[in-house]
Amino acid sequence: MFNKFWSDLSINQKLAITAWIFLAVPIIFYVTIRFYPTYEAFYVSFMKWNLLGAKKYIGFKNYFKIFGDDDFWIVLWNTIKYAVIGVPISLLISFTVAYYLNEIKFGHQTIRAFYFIPFLTTAIAMAWVWRWFYQPMPIGYFNIILSWVGIPQQPFLQSVEQGLYAIMAPAVWAGLGFQIVIFIAGIRAIPKSHFEAAEIDGAGRVQILREIILPALKPTTIFLVVISTIGFLRIFDQVYSMSEDSAGGPLNSTKPLVLMIYDFAFDEYKLGRASALTVILFLLLLTVSLLQLWFMRKQR
Amino acid sequence: MSSNVHMIERLEKINPKKVIIWTLLFIGSIIMVTPIIFMVSMSFKTGQEVYIFSLFPEKATFDNYLFVLKESKFLYWGLNSLWVATFSTLSVLFFDSLVGYTLAKYNFRGREIVFIAILSTLMIPTEMLIIPWYMMSREFGWIDTYWGIAFPGLMTGFGTFLMRQFFMSLPDELIEAARIDGWSEFAIWWKIAMPLVIPALSALAIFHFLGNWTAFLWPLIITNDPDMYTIPVGLASFNGENETNWEIVMTASCLATIPTLFVFIILQKYIIKGIMLAGLKG
Repeated sequence: MFNKFWSDLSINQKLAITAWIFLAVPIIFYVTIRFYPTYEAFYVSFMKWNLLGAKKYIGFKNYFKIFGDDDFWIVLWNTIKYAVIGVPISLLISFTVAYYLNEIKFGHQTIRAFYFIPFLTTAIAMAWVWRWFYQPMPIGYFNIILSWVGIPQQPFLQSVEQGLYAIMAPAVWAGLGFQIVIFIAGIRAIPKSHFEAAEIDGAGRVQILREIILPALKPTTIFLVVISTIGFLRIFDQVYSMSEDSAGGPLNSTKPLVLMIYDFAFDEYKLGRASALTVILFLLLLTVSLLQLWFMRKQR
Repeated sequence: MSSNVHMIERLEKINPKKVIIWTLLFIGSIIMVTPIIFMVSMSFKTGQEVYIFSLFPEKATFDNYLFVLKESKFLYWGLNSLWVATFSTLSVLFFDSLVGYTLAKYNFRGREIVFIAILSTLMIPTEMLIIPWYMMSREFGWIDTYWGIAFPGLMTGFGTFLMRQFFMSLPDELIEAARIDGWSEFAIWWKIAMPLVIPALSALAIFHFLGNWTAFLWPLIITNDPDMYTIPVGLASFNGENETNWEIVMTASCLATIPTLFVFIILQKYIIKGIMLAGLKG
């Protein structure tokens, strides 16, 4: 029966059936583990629900509550600060290092490896080390070094003003290696003839950088800007493990969106409100991705 | 003597500007690894000496390592992490390349829709799915199981996209020829196409394994039983304790970090190449 059915099919039909057989398990996966949960996140964001009782439809109330909550605006502002300050700093450093490292032959691999190694570390493990560095005077290395040059002690993680930057630093540190490697790959992908032509024209270093390297690196830069912006907007590990009791710093001064989501969902069991927050995060990230597409389009 | 003269001759050829650049880059690279060096140094110090600012412990001790491996649950965490990351990586390698290959090399109605649907999952942040996944896991009893930790990452849109890019560059004639020779469709993919994209597979494997090894948010939520923690969750659990034994924490952090560094040092060339590959194509 099946054999007859199979042998009656054309080759193209057979291939199409094979393709769908190959896709069967993945389609089940994507529907149940990606698409249905996405729908559910939206759905729950309109519910009042504490995990144990029944879900109760409350319309946009979760969103109104979030927007009426002063803490939300602090947290949103923190999240944006992580991205808007963290991304330019890390891209500036990583490009500078990549640009000069590319020209160096002696010890190139070792130096590159040293820059890259932090990318391989676990944020939670390194958070302990950075916390140690940030401690007050007789212990914390940063304060010891500051005291050598006569600068007064800094509170770092304990302070409302410095906490966010103290947490941003290890995040920048851990991401540099990846960006450097991608930038070097981008520079190496520029055809040699472009440089040769520029040299014949008598272009100087600065000119080559401005007129050849930077324009050629535009797609690479857009890619890195988007990847790291999304990364910073989703920051969680460092904040969770570096603030006292994982609370997000004094007066929520270091708390990002994802930590607020985590607290709502798994500390207070306000799952509806947490879901609404995830939708807001989603819209934020979507905006960044759409901006990338728009920039890429403009490129061409 | 003659070698000295030779050295001086060579040094004179070296451009002083380049020496300055090299030195600055080198200092920067040392600064980059400083936190790791101090972490290692502290792991060999005793409980009192930790509080003293010094690079080399006066009396290096292995006691911290013995303590972490014997008295804490670190070995469990390590095995949990290893098992979950391995299982998940194998799954991603298999399924992402199968789907990538199907989307690259088969013509069928609905192909574009499937491709766009999978690609669109890249836009959905994990954080948004965590609450539904948690509800699902509660319902099916997946909390504190390996399956529960691993299931969200068994297939990825990124890997599928990457593999599709690579399979597209394989010539169709190769597949046609194998078909004429009577190879089965599965065998053509597994035995002919797969070996040709090994660089892409290794890049994907490295990325996914590392991502799993350091993953924190989902394992934190899905595990309650300390026996089921992964390494990052275990490390974070030191945070709750009233009094932190820093030398122990540093030792555990070392044990979490050093294996990946070893693997990196051995496979450096391939890893850097893989990252460049994935970064440029992805």
